[in-house]
Amino acid sequence: MASDAALTATAPAPGTAAKAPADATMSPEALRRLQAMALAQRRRRRLQAWLPWLVIIGMFVIWEAGVRAFNVQQFVLPAPTAIAESMIKWWVPLLDNSWQTLMTTLIGFFLAVIFGLLLGVAIGSSSLLYHGLYPLLIGFNSVPKVAVVPILVIWFGIGTVPAVITAFMISFFPIVVNVATGIATVEPELRDVLRALGAKPSDIIRKVGLPRAMPYFFASLKIAITVAFVGSIIAETVAANKGIGHLMILASSRFDVPLVFAGLIVTAVMGVAMYVAAVAIENRTTGWAMRGQNDQQQVSVPGV
Amino acid sequence: MERPFVEISGVAMRYGGVEGTLALQNATLSVGKGEFIAVVGPSGCGKSTLMKLVTGLWPATAGTLLVAGQEVDGPLSIAGMAFQNPTLLPWRNIIDNVMLPLEVVEPHRRQLRSQRAMYEARAQDLLKLVGLGGFDKKFPHELSGGMQQRASLCRALIHEPALLMLDEPFAALDIFTREDLWAVLQGVWMARKPTVILVTHDLREAAYLADRVLVMSSRPGRIIAERIVDLPRPRTLETTYKPEFVSLVHDLREHISAARKGEEVVHGQ
Repeated sequence: MASDAALTATAPAPGTAAKAPADATMSPEALRRLQAMALAQRRRRRLQAWLPWLVIIGMFVIWEAGVRAFNVQQFVLPAPTAIAESMIKWWVPLLDNSWQTLMTTLIGFFLAVIFGLLLGVAIGSSSLLYHGLYPLLIGFNSVPKVAVVPILVIWFGIGTVPAVITAFMISFFPIVVNVATGIATVEPELRDVLRALGAKPSDIIRKVGLPRAMPYFFASLKIAITVAFVGSIIAETVAANKGIGHLMILASSRFDVPLVFAGLIVTAVMGVAMYVAAVAIENRTTGWAMRGQNDQQQVSVPGV
Repeated sequence: MERPFVEISGVAMRYGGVEGTLALQNATLSVGKGEFIAVVGPSGCGKSTLMKLVTGLWPATAGTLLVAGQEVDGPLSIAGMAFQNPTLLPWRNIIDNVMLPLEVVEPHRRQLRSQRAMYEARAQDLLKLVGLGGFDKKFPHELSGGMQQRASLCRALIHEPALLMLDEPFAALDIFTREDLWAVLQGVWMARKPTVILVTHDLREAAYLADRVLVMSSRPGRIIAERIVDLPRPRTLETTYKPEFVSLVHDLREHISAARKGEEVVHGQ
């Protein structure tokens, strides 16, 4: 009886064994095999890191080869080399206008983040607000933004403001929906844990709702930042006197197709850079939601 | 005699309005201060409903509920709860999870900032008590189910609740881990003597842990039998093989069988 009690008290909790360091008595065969596994893993990871660049370079190579082989006219599809040439030739206006686009996009995007978070929390935590506001939000989101730009121009004139507002309108919706979903889908048990302690609704939102919604929020930022570029460039092509969209419209009216493509590529680069920034923030802040994938990749071998 | 700590008389609960399902009917029981009772019954008999009513998470549709002499009309902050799932917050490490109630319940909430070291030491002591010493900085997903459940138990105890409500806390664990945790829970109870209401469908668990076992009928739940467990503490795994223990479990099992048969008859009509 006594020995039994001692056993239950000292029995190692399950899960501890896996965390223990490899013991010194590991056979050479086992060590070699583990090292080989670690090496294969590292190779695979290196390939993974380089693969996107290889694919992008490959795409340009095929594009170039195709244009040359089929002798495609430059005003139909310029070769990557022609685009690069145009980029070098026009680098000052390209840089100037893409800076303008980046700024309008970011201002619109940050406004969308602030208002999206606030409204998302509000409609996620109150089913009354949710049912009241959601249909209106869907209605707003279904309106094609390009149709709104002329109205914005009437109100604010041609320039930066309509582009900022268009970027805001288009990136606002995914943030609201995601934050609201994250808060509204908190597990009832999790809520009960706090409710049973006498927590106020605001406590529950702060301690459970908001942290729980963060992975949804950061996932939505990745979508929001890319569509924010769509918004600002739409506005710039319709009515602006600056920005990469405006530059592309000017270039296409002069049949300078390589410059149009140069604008497209600059936009894509900016979009990817912003996306990568969003992913980096996401990984830093909500790593807890990304477990599993990371755990599997961390095969470490002592002494290697 | 001292007044019972929890008094439930004629309590009923009906879900979904007047035409809804009657989950609990005329439930009457009382629990003394520092007593450990277990409620067993076939699945769907309203055991969990009883828990939610006692902790004030839901209002009862009939009857009166008194805890510590006070009518229950909202969530009780003197109660600690643990559920079948550990329900730990995945973004907090173990010690922050355990200390969550302190951020909500007064007077700890007010004192938490100024006396953080004292509270942290208290949390560490609890973790050691359940065999989780040294795991305080781990995140829930780094722990096994049994360890998460231990942490969940600590969270239910950290604000030193006078009433501990356990809703099938070990049901999702394998039998060996479960038996380990019985010993842990018994140790905690013997050290601190909170009033405990344990809902379970494991009859051995009920007999091992409780001072008194109540058997509920199938829906609508009523209390149909009551057995005092008169076995010395601390009980061990060895106790569970003793004839008294085995015959008690057998007796409880027969009541459950009868309750379930009743259900079948009702369904046959």
